[in-house]
Formats: sequence, C-alpha cells, structure tokens
Amino acid sequence: MGFVESIQGREVFSSYIASQENKGLLRFLTCGSVDDGKSTLIGRLLYDSKLIFEDQLSALERDSKKHGTVGEDIDLALLVDGLEAEREQGITIDVAYRFFATDKRKFIVADTPGHEQYTRNMATGASTADLAVLLVDARKGMLTQTRRHAFIASLLGVRHVVLAVNKIDLAGYDQARFEEIKAEFEAFIASFEFDSSIAIPISARFGDNVSARSLNLGWFDGPTLMEHLETVDFEDAAMNGPIRFPVQWVNRPDHTFRGYSGTVSGGILRKGDQLAVASSGKTSIVERLVTYDGELEEAHPGQAVTVTLKDELDISRGDVLGSANNRPEVSDQFASHLIWMSETPLYAGRPYILKIGGRTVTASVTEIKHKIDVNSFEHLSGKQLDLNEIAFCNLSTAQPIAFDPYEANKDTGSFILIDRMTNETVAAGLIWFGLRRATNVHRQALNIDKTARAQLMGQKPVVLWFTGLSGSGKSTIANALEQKLHDLGKKTYILDGDNVRHGLNRDLGFTEADRVENIRRVAETAKLFVDAGVITLVSFISPFKAERQMARELMEEGEFYEVYVDTPFDDCAKRDPKGLYARALAGEIKNFTGLDSPYEPPEAPEITISTQDATPDALAERILERLQQDGVLSAI
Amino acid sequence: MEAGQLSHLKRLENESIHIIREVAAEFNNPVMLYSIGKDSAVMLHLALKAFYPSKPPFPLLHVDTTWKFKEMIKFRDETVRKLGLDLIVHSNSEGVERGINPFDHGSSNYTHVMKTEALKQALDKYGFDAAFGGARRDEEKSRAKERVFSFRNSSHAWDPKKQRPELWSIYNSRVSKGESIRAFPLSNWTELDIWQYILAEGIDIVPLYLAAERPVVQRSGTLLMVDDERFPLLEGESPQKKMVRFRTLGCYPLTGAIESDATELNDVVGEMLLAKTSERQGRLIDHDDAASMEKKKREGYF
Repeated sequence: MGFVESIQGREVFSSYIASQENKGLLRFLTCGSVDDGKSTLIGRLLYDSKLIFEDQLSALERDSKKHGTVGEDIDLALLVDGLEAEREQGITIDVAYRFFATDKRKFIVADTPGHEQYTRNMATGASTADLAVLLVDARKGMLTQTRRHAFIASLLGVRHVVLAVNKIDLAGYDQARFEEIKAEFEAFIASFEFDSSIAIPISARFGDNVSARSLNLGWFDGPTLMEHLETVDFEDAAMNGPIRFPVQWVNRPDHTFRGYSGTVSGGILRKGDQLAVASSGKTSIVERLVTYDGELEEAHPGQAVTVTLKDELDISRGDVLGSANNRPEVSDQFASHLIWMSETPLYAGRPYILKIGGRTVTASVTEIKHKIDVNSFEHLSGKQLDLNEIAFCNLSTAQPIAFDPYEANKDTGSFILIDRMTNETVAAGLIWFGLRRATNVHRQALNIDKTARAQLMGQKPVVLWFTGLSGSGKSTIANALEQKLHDLGKKTYILDGDNVRHGLNRDLGFTEADRVENIRRVAETAKLFVDAGVITLVSFISPFKAERQMARELMEEGEFYEVYVDTPFDDCAKRDPKGLYARALAGEIKNFTGLDSPYEPPEAPEITISTQDATPDALAERILERLQQDGVLSAI
Repeated sequence: MEAGQLSHLKRLENESIHIIREVAAEFNNPVMLYSIGKDSAVMLHLALKAFYPSKPPFPLLHVDTTWKFKEMIKFRDETVRKLGLDLIVHSNSEGVERGINPFDHGSSNYTHVMKTEALKQALDKYGFDAAFGGARRDEEKSRAKERVFSFRNSSHAWDPKKQRPELWSIYNSRVSKGESIRAFPLSNWTELDIWQYILAEGIDIVPLYLAAERPVVQRSGTLLMVDDERFPLLEGESPQKKMVRFRTLGCYPLTGAIESDATELNDVVGEMLLAKTSERQGRLIDHDDAASMEKKKREGYF
C-alpha cells in the first residue's frame, strides 16, 4: 500500500520508478449520496494511499472547523467537495475527478452525486468508467437510488460493480445485516448481467476494510475494497471485436505523405489488414502504422496512430475505417437511448446537431418510443423529454452515419446532441440498432420534376414564411399578397391555422411539443407545394427559431423567405382581432405566445415589415416588389 | 504491465493525443499556451506526437509577465528554434508601463494584470477560438470539476454552474463568435505521471527543476531566488547560495524553491514520491483563500 517510504539507494529507486511506469489504469465511479458517505470514502482512499499532503491536511483542518460535520475529527469529505457552492451547501453537485495510485494500479475516480436530479452527472461519470462502486448505508440497505445507480451503470456499459456497504460500524459490524443486504443486491442485479459483482462491508470514516483489513469484520472473508480495485480483471471487450478506426484528422505534411490520424476503437489493427471506408464502401490495405516513436506492426484499442493505405481513397474527418469483412452499419435512421441533459425539454421533430466520433450532422428525434422511469424501470409514454429523463427513441440524421450498437463498441455507438442555438450539450445517446426503413424505401424516380412544373407555371416556387405574434397582421398581409399574385396569374396557396389546424393537425394541441410538431408538418407540406411549383404563403406564429430554421433547411437555397411581421405585443393586444389576448390575459388560455409562452424573433429574416408605418396592402406591395426583383415571378 | 492492456502512462498519452487532434480538427484558430514549465513541456511533446509526421498545426503563445526566470526564457527560445515552431510572445504593455510588479502591487493584483489580463488581450488580439492549457485536475479543487473542453464566454469567464456535460471522448467544440474553449489535454494526469513521463520519454525541461547552487533569500518561510537586480532586498537581507530546485515554475518572485540535492531527474522523482507537501504550495497565488483559484478562473485565468 502507498508509496514505499523505506526505499533507499538510487538503484532500488530506479527500478521501483521503472515498475511504476507500467502500472495499469482503472477508471471507476462512485455513486451514492452525501448521506451514504461517498465523499468520505474517496477522502479515505486518497488518505490511505498517502495522496494527502501536509499542506492539504492543514487546509483540511481549517475547513473542517468551518464547514465540517463530524465534530472535532478531520472531515475527509471536505477534501473532495471542490467548488465553493458545494463546500457551503455540503452537497456534491457536479462530477469531480480524483486520482490516486497504489503500487499495483493507478486510479481515476469519477465522483458523482447520487440524487435523481443528477442522473446527468452520473451518466457522465459512468461513460468512461470500467467499474462502479455503489455505496449504501448499512443501516438503510438497498434503496431506490441504489437500484437507479445500478441501472444507469448498466445502461452506460459499465461491466463491473461493487456494492460498498458503508457505515457498518453504525450497524454494529453485524454480519447478518450485511448478508441480508448482499442477498437483496445479488437478486436485484441478476438481470443486468454485469461481468463481475461483489458486496464488501466497510467503514469509510474509520477505514475498516477500505484498504486495511479490520478485526471488527473478522467474519468477512472477501477482499478489502482496495484489494478488489487493485486486482479486478477488466479487459477491454472492444479488442476482440472487428476493427474500427474513426478518422480524426487527415495528416498531410507534404505531397509525399497522406495518412489518417485517429484512435483505434475496436479490434487489433495490423499492417496488411484490409479495411473498408464505411460511407463509400471502398476498400484498401493498411500499408503503415505511423507514430512519432516509430512504425508499429499492430495497434490496440485506445492507441492513437496514423494509418496509411495502399490506395488513394477519398477519406476525410468523420469517416470510419472498419474490417472489410465486418463493417459498421451505415444508416440515417436508428434507435437509441437518450439521456436528456438540458433544462429545455426535447421535442420530437426539432433539429439538433449530432456528434458521433469526428462526424457532425443535423439530426432529430422522429419518435419517442417510451420513456424509462429510472426508479421503477417502467416504460412511460411521452411527447417530450425533460432534464435527467431517459428514453428509447428513433432518430433520423440529415446524412447517413456509420455506427455500431453501443453494446458492441462504446466509441462508435455513442453520440451527443447539441442545441443549435445555445451550443449546449443537451443529450447523450447510445445506439441500439439501425432502422432499415430509409434504405428500403427507395424514392420513386419521377420524370417530371420541380423545374419542369415551375416552367409550365411561369414562376419560381418559393415559400413566404410569415412569422409574428398572434394578431400581428400575418394573415391579413398574406391574403393581400396572394390577391396580388393571383391577379398577376401566379399559382399560389396559403397554409395557415384555419386550413391546417382543422384537418392535417387537428390531433395537436398547444403545448411546446405539439407546437414543434405542428410546424414540422406545415414545413413538410410547404415543401410539397414548392415541389409542385406553387408559390406558398405560410402564416403561422411559429415562435421558435429552431423550427423556422428547420423549415428553411428543408428548402433549397433561395426558396425560403422568412417574413417577420414585427408588431409589438402591446399593439397586438390592443388590436386583438379575435379576442384572444383578452382571454389570455384573464388566464383563460394557457401557453399563449408572448405571454406565458416565448416568442423568439428572427435574427436575419429576408423581409421585415412593421404594421405601424403602412397599410397591409402597401406592405404586400412591398413584398411583391422584392419577389419581382428576385425573379420569382418570371419563368425559370 | 497487465495482459492486453496499455500502461497507465500510455493510456494517458493516447487520451491526450486524441484531445489535441480533436481541437486541431474542429477549431479555426487554435493556439497552445506555452508556459515553459514541465506540464507545458509534456503537452508540447504530446502535440509533436499527435501530428507526426506533420508539425503541430497551431502556434505557441507565451504570456510573458516580464518576471519569469531568465533560464525559462532561454529554454523557451531554444526549444522553439530547435523544433521550428511558431511562437507568439505577449506582455501586457499597459501593465509594463504602469510598472506593475509582484513586489509593490501584491501577488493577486499583479497576477490579475500581468497574467489574466495579458492572456485575455492576446486571445482577443489574435482571435483564437481555442487555447490549450497544461492544467491538471489534481492540482487544485476547482480544477477537479473542470471539463477537458472548458467553455469561456466572450469575456473569457468560466461559469462552474454552466459547464457542458462531457461524456466518453466526445467533446463539444461549438462556440459562437467571441466565445472560446480552453482545452486541457492533461486533465487526467497527476504530478507524478508528469514526472514519470518526462523520465520515460527523455523530455527536456528547464534546468531550474534540478538542484543547483542558486542565490536565494528566505521570506516568511519561503525560499525566493534572486534572479536579477530587480529583486528588492530588504534591510539586512543578502542572497545566500543554497542547493535548491523548483517543483513548479512561474514568476521568480512568486515561486518558492525547496532545498534539495536532486541533481538528476531520477532523484527528483524520488523526492517527489516521498514528498509531504503538494506542488502548488510553492505558488503564492493559491493561498489567499480556499476558493482563490475558482475566483481567478471565473475572471478568465487559465
């Protein structure tokens, strides 16, 4: 245990240091709540492995007097509760990483909070962990949260678990109590199929059975917690799978060298192996495995290398090279678990940025199949996902991506979703399987296309997307504009609440989730009209930037005009043509845009009109002029 | 080594290379902060490995407070010349004009003007959207929770409550104009890992890390090296020659030396294994109060 303090003489030292260079590394996470003594346990591990220095110890004594919860003793938990806010509140609110080493192994500990509202943090810690230590209080035994922790660890692919039955001192070091908890634990985790699991009684506060055997626990014939961490066999299963090499960076110092830099994420990559580029299906042979330290004959999962191939193929960042005879799946539709990590809910249909390996694409959830209650594991239905919720979903991406099931390969089976407006990381995803729908439903090739239809009509089909508050004058202006276009012999159609909400979208209400879906359907319908060659006027409040952006991206360049009808809230409320504001202000209508539901104004609309300085007819005229200038009204 | 598995140093090395490549691939204008210390030496070594046979596709930036040890500057210039890399040196000229120094203005004030402000000036001047730093999570409590890709708003501030979740080895590199990412490829290394790696790889480091006879004075329990004539000696003080070395390097008036006979790297690692105080103790800026680093980082410090 710890660093040997008695070693003397340079040679002994040198060989000792050399032996320390080749230790293995185990990453584990600890889950449990403050009450279970989680921070105390980590403090204990650091303390026992002599990683607490004198100056830290004196800082600790100072802090213990200020915030400590264990009377006169040094509070080991304070050592690990890092951020100011946490030290004051006495809770661990974020993932913290700790480091210690023994003579046998180096350890990286992800210290994660235990409460349900921190599922996000636990999932983060579990994503890189080889093992999970689940902490329970011996007096309380298995709790709902212990089950939740085991479930999340299992979902994230942690293969080894330890149940640390802490505070055994407070349960009188009672063997019967321990056996009772152990039996319950074993029965519970049977269905998760962990590669290894063990229950160990400990007292983190007094150090019993953490790294030193305890006379108080003479009846326990298993290892100490530290012994177990030092010896558990956690071989990486990815090594036995097919080769996966996600390309991170194309390495071209000059015209004589072209290599692909990345980290092997599956299989053993050898010179002479035949690899396929997942996206194109093209194959070639590995010529060299180049590193700064010389060429390698083979590279294992986790090794960062640069690969050169015999043939010149079109390969760029984001491509995945895989065994030619066992390739990753390529699809634009797949089913996955999502862990939602943002305060802003997920809505099916809203587009996000998806990052998998080195590849970044636009993606959206097409269907939330079911949500999972993390405490009872029941399947629930739902149209949106809130912070810390987990769901099984179908996703679709704008371009096909290469992937493996998460179970087979954590690197090629995992992704994150990023909000397009705030750039926040909003979800973690674990892919289960591809949906073949997209590849099987081939588009019918049509002889008459959009251009042909537009030519016949003598116009260029576009969408005029009117957005603005309720009562801002969108429909009035759109009507005036359609009249003018009609008079010029142009083919037009208006999509608005009246003709869409009563038919196509009559199943939708006014929750945020339904509003997103409402706009998605309207946008898709507008796309069909444009394809038919029609000048399409869309008049919807469409309050969210994300959905207007989605509509824009459905159309081709130059086909989308965002028309912002910029009428201030007070004017709309004063005008109140349908009496809605009066009712909303009286509390009779919920989720009313501008009142208790937000309106996100466009940042760069093609056209902005203000109803304060002109009549609807004059405004329509102004838009018409713009369309004339842009050549929309003449044949293509 | 355990069967079929990479040693802990190799695992750390590979992880760092992955991070460094990811930054180079995803950002328009990255830069590597080069502080000349041992962590920077390791980070630079990893960058050479990450892109070989290419050179690292970004420049180095040294924020020069003008109070660095002379040997550091010499080492910096030699390293850059030997490797043929681009180096940008930036000092806060306004601070220099105002004569801001660690003796008269206090360590905290001085650090703010000559380090934090200078760093922000340089990042703004060149429009860097990502900056590598050699910070490690084991250094200090608030660092333990910092992400590998640490988001900074347009005034370079860190908000510990608004950190992006970071899972697997997928890093979110999206920023809006003016915002940036500080990337920490050494997040998971400890001080011992750094020394073991320097030893194993034969990485050149500033000789100040090795014991030698140097002129020092003792002030409130700290040994300070008299590196040049700007050091104001107090009455009755005269520099003594002592065998000393440094566990961490910064501005010479703020960096405490320790008495040591470790003239070779091996000995340094040996002493390190027996150490009873953590390395930042030699740095005077962390002692102001329990949360001093967190405060500095909120202001834009690395």
